[in-house]
This record gives sequence, structure tokens and C-alpha cells, in this order.
Amino acid sequence: MSAMPKWADAVLVPLISLLIAFVISGLVILAIGEDPVAAMKLMVTGALGSTYGWGYTLYYSTNFIFTGLAVSVAFQTGLFNIGGEGQASLGGLGVALVCLFVPWPHWSMAFVAAIVMGSLFGAAWAAIPAYLQAKRGSHVVITTIMFNYIAAALMIYVLVTVLRPTGAMDTASARFDASLKLPRLGDILGMVGIPFNNRNPANISLIVALIACVGVWLLMWRTRLGYQLRAFGKSEQASVYAGINPVRITMYAMLISGGLSGMMAINTVMGEAQRLLLNSVEGAGFIGIAVALMGRSHPVGVLLAALLFGFLYQGGAELALWTTIPRELIIVIQALVILFTGAMDNMVRRPVESLFLMLRKGKA
Amino acid sequence: MDFATLIQILDSTVRLATPLLFACLAGLFSERAGVFDIGLEGKMLAAAFLSAAVAAITGSVWLGVLAGIFASLLLAGVHGLASITFRGNQLISGVAINFLAAGLTVLLGQKWFGLGGRTPPLTSGGRFESITLPFADSIAPLPFIGPIYSELISGHSILVYLAIALVPASAWLLYRTRFGLRLRAVGENPAAVDTAGVSVIGIRYAAVAICGVLCGLAGAYLALGLAAGFGKDMTAGRGFIALAALIFAKWRPWYALGATMLFGFLEAVGNRFPSIDLGLFAIPSQFVQALPYIITVVILAGFIGKARPPLAGGQPYVKER
Repeated sequence: MSAMPKWADAVLVPLISLLIAFVISGLVILAIGEDPVAAMKLMVTGALGSTYGWGYTLYYSTNFIFTGLAVSVAFQTGLFNIGGEGQASLGGLGVALVCLFVPWPHWSMAFVAAIVMGSLFGAAWAAIPAYLQAKRGSHVVITTIMFNYIAAALMIYVLVTVLRPTGAMDTASARFDASLKLPRLGDILGMVGIPFNNRNPANISLIVALIACVGVWLLMWRTRLGYQLRAFGKSEQASVYAGINPVRITMYAMLISGGLSGMMAINTVMGEAQRLLLNSVEGAGFIGIAVALMGRSHPVGVLLAALLFGFLYQGGAELALWTTIPRELIIVIQALVILFTGAMDNMVRRPVESLFLMLRKGKA
Repeated sequence: MDFATLIQILDSTVRLATPLLFACLAGLFSERAGVFDIGLEGKMLAAAFLSAAVAAITGSVWLGVLAGIFASLLLAGVHGLASITFRGNQLISGVAINFLAAGLTVLLGQKWFGLGGRTPPLTSGGRFESITLPFADSIAPLPFIGPIYSELISGHSILVYLAIALVPASAWLLYRTRFGLRLRAVGENPAAVDTAGVSVIGIRYAAVAICGVLCGLAGAYLALGLAAGFGKDMTAGRGFIALAALIFAKWRPWYALGATMLFGFLEAVGNRFPSIDLGLFAIPSQFVQALPYIITVVILAGFIGKARPPLAGGQPYVKER
């Protein structure tokens, strides 16, 4: 019997960790001479005070759902995939290729193709680190970091020498055909009679992200493969003894993870920019780590954490616009969340555990 | 390519390899004691920032170095707390430290100087001057030996010589002293060290602290030697290249010197020749820039010699009760 009830493990400990992270963030804001309460108010009105703000919040959240799910599937399998950044930029390349070079009759067909290509490219970029981990025992953390840098160099090369239209100044691909614009969230909600601002980039990819949440839940908790993945993550030795093939499971976990990261590109490349930009991922791959840690690698948790980070991201942009607090505040908050919900988990867990043990002793 | 160009490239190789060498030795101490550290990048960045900030305000390069070491030690303390005391995941802690440094340096830089995260450019007193070794001027006219001595060996800042001197020093400390033996043992089999009555926690904290000091020197050299001030995200992945060099070097000090020189050489070549024309086709500069990472992956795959990390690396030590 464990020391704590399940709800304390799943909700209480992460919440306390999160609270610590936010209190320290507030102290950081104080230290740079700004008012944390005023900053918080500004973030809330900027990100949640209007449907325009909500649109941006949901747009960012869409990215973080994909990358958060990607990290969490790997986590459940006992693998730490830091390569979301590289996998998502390769996914962007896949999406751009499919949108640039195929004359699609309708956006919906292009959208399906973009989802497939984005995840295929992302999965392919995760495949080499996965294979090296499974077959040759090279640590997946180091190889995925290396692949992030290799991806960055590759993307510069592709954008500068291959995809940049002749005569264009900025390192970006040509614009996609106007008919490939994805329906905005405002359009979709407008159809069912809900008024929603249309001048923000939230688009139909959000629905794909929500479906992905359900899909990952079904996969991990309702299929044989999901069971094998989780068993492998809990104990590699026991699962191998039970007849689970470690090479196959490592490959599957990383391919699914890379595919989810790559799928993020439908939101940024096809949904917003309508062309492939340099650094289109903008750190979302790394935020996925914080999201997965905070969400305890469960799709529901990931969804909530992604919403929180979407809010922080949009709120942070508003802060940078109206105050002297730079956008980098979000990176600090993100770091503190990773630190306290991830690395320093035991700092909160141990006192809470002993508290519950004391309570139980008192009852007995 | 003529001799003079070669000397110039090798000269900048030494300069560019120095921060990598400091950081690589830093990682070596930490990982040999069983504490993985992917936060080298963040510690270097924090050190570069604080050293540049203090050097800009005080005008003293040595105060700057001390401040850089202090910043790096602070983050090393966080890493130690998370991964040794609270037995957390060392990789996650490293990721957090990298982000913490990336964010805080810009936040504080903007607050203190208002230059968008940069520090004011350093003038002569605030940065390291190059040292001319004895007889450099008189030997310079000699053919072959002259340029090698006066340009390649002489004329670097003191931290370059310190970094190179640290290689034999580290090798001696690790392989010839009691502390070094214990440090290596803690990374391979902490339970055995504990049985011998030596504190595993103590040795690991010492190793993490050494790592902090060395990362501090790496960052200080970046801001005060290589550049003249701090720029946002100025480490630009050097911490990870150092990590790659550490694996390439199989966690050994002398190999670390070779590995960092090789990666420094690649960077120098990449800077000097934006693209290399081989006649039939041209190698794009991006490929040269990505080469250290590609080499590391190939090494990790075990195709060129097997790299074996310390056995107890990444695992928190739990004393048996």
C-alpha cells in the first residue's frame, strides 16, 4: 500500500510544485522591479479577457498539446525524448513540401496529407536516435539533442538553398496557395452560432490536437501495444522477461513520439504562417517537456498543462508589449516548472507522504 | 591553403577550443562521479552573463571571472540539490538549468543595462589581454618555427594557458590522488565507496562544485576573452558540443584535449570557409557546422570505438537501511 491516496499523488503534489514555481516566478518579477500582481492581472486580461486573447492562447496550446503528448508517450515508455524541437521542424518541412508541390483541389485533402507527412517526417527524425538506442545502446537523450542541432543546420540549408524563392530576402519558403488556408476557430465556432474573434491564428488543428489526446489515451490504456509500452517504462527487465521485444517497443515509442511532435507543424506552418519559416517551432518542442512533466504524462494532464502554458505564452507576449518585462520571463517560468514538477519532485513528495502517514497513524 | 592560413586557422582553433575544453573537463568531473550534466550550456551562459556584467561595472576582469564562477556555482548547487539530495532525474534538472539561465540572463540584463539582454561592450581593462610569451618577437622571423611559436603558441589570453594546464592537472587529480580514486569509484560503484566509510553525497557534491567552477571559467572566457561582452544566448550550443566532446573523449582528460581541439578546428574551418568547394560539388557550411553533432552520433553508435559511460551515471544513490 502506498503512503498517499491516488488523488494526492496525481493532483496535490503537482499543484504544490506548481505553486512553488509560481511563487518564485513572482519573486523574480519583484526582483526586476515590477509588480507581480499587476503583471498577473495584465496576463489574465491579455490572454483570457477577450476571444482574441483566447484565440492566441488556444493557438499556442495546440502546439503544446502535440509536443506534450509526444514527450509523455516517450516518458511512459521510460525514454526521455528531448528531440521534439528537431522533430517538429522536420515535420514542418514535410507539411511545407506537401503544400508547395501538390496542386490540391481542396484544403481538406491537403490537410489530411499534411497531417500524414508532418508526422512521417517527425517520426523519421526520431527513428535514427530510436534505432541507435534500441540496437546499439546509445543514450537517446544525447542523440536527440544532437539531432536537434543537426535539424537546425539542415533546415537552414534547405531554406537558404532549396526552398527560398529566387530573389526573396528572408529565409523562408514561398507562400502556399491561398486555397490551402485552414478554417480558423472563429469560422468554425461562427457556424454553430458562437461569436469568436477571427483575427487570431487558432484553427482547426486544435480539434486534431484534442483527437490526438483521446487517441493517445486509447493507445496507452486500451490497447496491447500501450500496455507493452507502459510495462517497458515501468521495468525493462520484467517486460523483457514477459516476452516484450525491447527493440520493437523502443522504436514504436519514439516513432509515435516523433510523429506527434511533427504533427505540430500543421498548426504553425499550415495554420498560421502559410509558409515554412526558419525556426517555426520557437521552442515548443522544449515546452513539451514541461507540459508532460506537469501533466504527469497523462493526456488529461497534458491538455490542462498545455492550456496553462498557452495562457503563459500569450500572457507573456502581452506583458512584453505593455511593460518592460521581456518575453524571456516565460522561459524562466518554464524552467521553474520543469525544475519543481520534474527534478525536485521529491522535495514536495516526501513531506506530503509523511504528512499522510502521520494522519493515518493518528486514525489507527 | 598556404602555411600562413594554416597557422591562422590553428590559432583560432586554440581560441575556440578553450571554452569547450573548460566545459568538457567540467562535465568530466561531474559525470565521472555519476552525476550526468546536460546543464553545462546553462552554467556557461549564466557565467558569461554575470562575468561580463561585473566586468563592465567594475572594470576589473578578475572580479568578472569570480562573478562568473559564482553564477555557475549557484546553478551547480541547484543541480546538486535536485540530483543528489532530492534524488531527482538528473537529465530533467539539467534541462531546467539550461532554460533558467537562458531566461534569467536576458531578464536581468534588460533590467540592469536595458540593452535588450546584452551587456555594455567591454573596454581594455574589462577583458583579457593576450599574453606575449618570452622571445616571441625575436623568434618570429625564423622560418616555420617562428610563426608557430609567435602566433600559434604565444599571444593568447591567460585563460587559454590555464585551460591547457588543467588537462594534466585533471589527469593527475583523477588518477593519482585518493580523492580522484574515490570520485571515479563513486561513479562506478557508489555502494562500495559507502562501505569503505566515505561519503558518497560529499564526493558527488565536490564533483558538482568542481564542474561549476570550470563551467564558470568557460563562460567567463567566452564573454571576457573570446568576445567583449555578453550577448543573448551567446553560448550557442557550446555546452552541448562540450558534452559531445566528452563522449568522444570517453570521459578521459587527455582525450578531452584532443576532442575539443578537433571540434574547435571544425568551428575555425567553418568560420574561415563558408563553403568548401571540392570541384565536383561544394560542401555547404551548414554541414561543417553540424559535423561535431554528426560525429558524436556516429561515436555513440559505437562505430568508431565504443564509448562506455560511468556505470552508476544518472542514478541517485540510496543508502541501504
